[in-house]
Amino acid sequence: MNAFARIVWFVVKKDLTVEVRSLEILSTTMFFAVTVVLMFSFGLVVDGRPLNDVAAAILWVAIAFSGTLALGRTFERERHNDTLRALLLAPADRPALYVGKLLGILLLLGLVELVLVPLIGLLFNAPVIEQAVPLLLLVGAGTLGFAAVGTLFAAMLVRARSRDVLLPIMLYPMTVPVMIAGVRGTAALFQPTPDAAVAQFWLSLLAAFDVVFVILALWTFEPVMTD
Amino acid sequence: MSRLSRLTVTDVARHYGRRKALSQISFTCDAGEIVGLLGPNGAGKSTLLNILATLLAPSLGRVEYGSLTADAGAALRAQIGMLGHDLFLYPELTARENLSFFGHLYGLSDVAERVGSALDRANLASRADDQVGGFSRGMRQRVALERALLHDPKLILLDEPFTGLDQASTRALVDRLEDRQRAGCLIVLATHDLDVVDGLLTRALFLINGRQSMDPQSGGSLRERYQRAVSGA
Repeated sequence: MNAFARIVWFVVKKDLTVEVRSLEILSTTMFFAVTVVLMFSFGLVVDGRPLNDVAAAILWVAIAFSGTLALGRTFERERHNDTLRALLLAPADRPALYVGKLLGILLLLGLVELVLVPLIGLLFNAPVIEQAVPLLLLVGAGTLGFAAVGTLFAAMLVRARSRDVLLPIMLYPMTVPVMIAGVRGTAALFQPTPDAAVAQFWLSLLAAFDVVFVILALWTFEPVMTD
Repeated sequence: MSRLSRLTVTDVARHYGRRKALSQISFTCDAGEIVGLLGPNGAGKSTLLNILATLLAPSLGRVEYGSLTADAGAALRAQIGMLGHDLFLYPELTARENLSFFGHLYGLSDVAERVGSALDRANLASRADDQVGGFSRGMRQRVALERALLHDPKLILLDEPFTGLDQASTRALVDRLEDRQRAGCLIVLATHDLDVVDGLLTRALFLINGRQSMDPQSGGSLRERYQRAVSGA
């Protein structure tokens, strides 16, 4: 394993160990995401029939909101004992620290989505099993794009006094393209007759966003973390 | 001779907007010295330590670490060990896991061996596999010190290292710093424990309101010199 991969591995392992012991982020994020979906289902499903495209929109709203919560809590933990400074003081590649934090957040959000997607299928009669593979790709690509930007912004804001306010203000406008692509691609899959071509188009767009966002974040992480 | 044999700080200033946290700080110190940053709360001691640690860029001035500057990045950071006022430890991890994690981040090859020795030195071998969150402040301080020294840094930066330590632990820390001094390390520490460091410091730098105050060298204990420096500012 090269030095970059080793650092990524140790950061991910550390984050997961801390989370397994506290279950703080997983439990709050999961609870929040499930609550959002349940509340929308009470209002938007009438006689067992949801409004058009509503399942796709609610899935991505839940991912965005719970993702913001997870990002905030993950970096709050690094701020609490100033451990982020200790990470930055280490002679490790700073982009490797970024990738480690990003992977930790992706794993957490992946676990939340494992519950969220079947729940959407159940409550909104969405064909999540029939469309499992393209849906997995869309949700995976969208989550990566959202988390790539979010990890960078959350790390940048960790020392800001109003970080809880600033994170969504900065994050949501930047990730609007990801959310639109995610909602439209998922809606195409959830049609009575799924439109694979449209879903494929939005998936390609998401992949392009992911490449741009990850490269930009790797490029800017070191300078933005130097005060 | 180590590349980090001398620390040269030239006209360093740090501004936060219009507020001047530090102004025109200049000093030079060599390997084997223990330099104390002394001053009241808000004098700029922690800001200066963060600049020396390369965590903060000076607004003006220059810091040279032997032949290196902060631009050297990882090559320089590998030679710096810092104990912050917050302890840089994960409370959910055990003492051993904390030290091992940072040992791996520093790319050490013999992590398990070094961590074992560090825990012995901290007198925490029997609590090595307990979560740090359950430790007293003094115990966490001892783990944090070992974390800062795990990679044998040449420049050691300590922010209030005696906080929470009992008399025996304070004595052990003083012995440890003298040992590092004999090993040729350069130690810069910020502290309010003037009686503890009197006799330990090879030099004192008095900071008052972000400015360097002249050290009234002549006569008296460190506390008396400190009081003269503060009242003369």
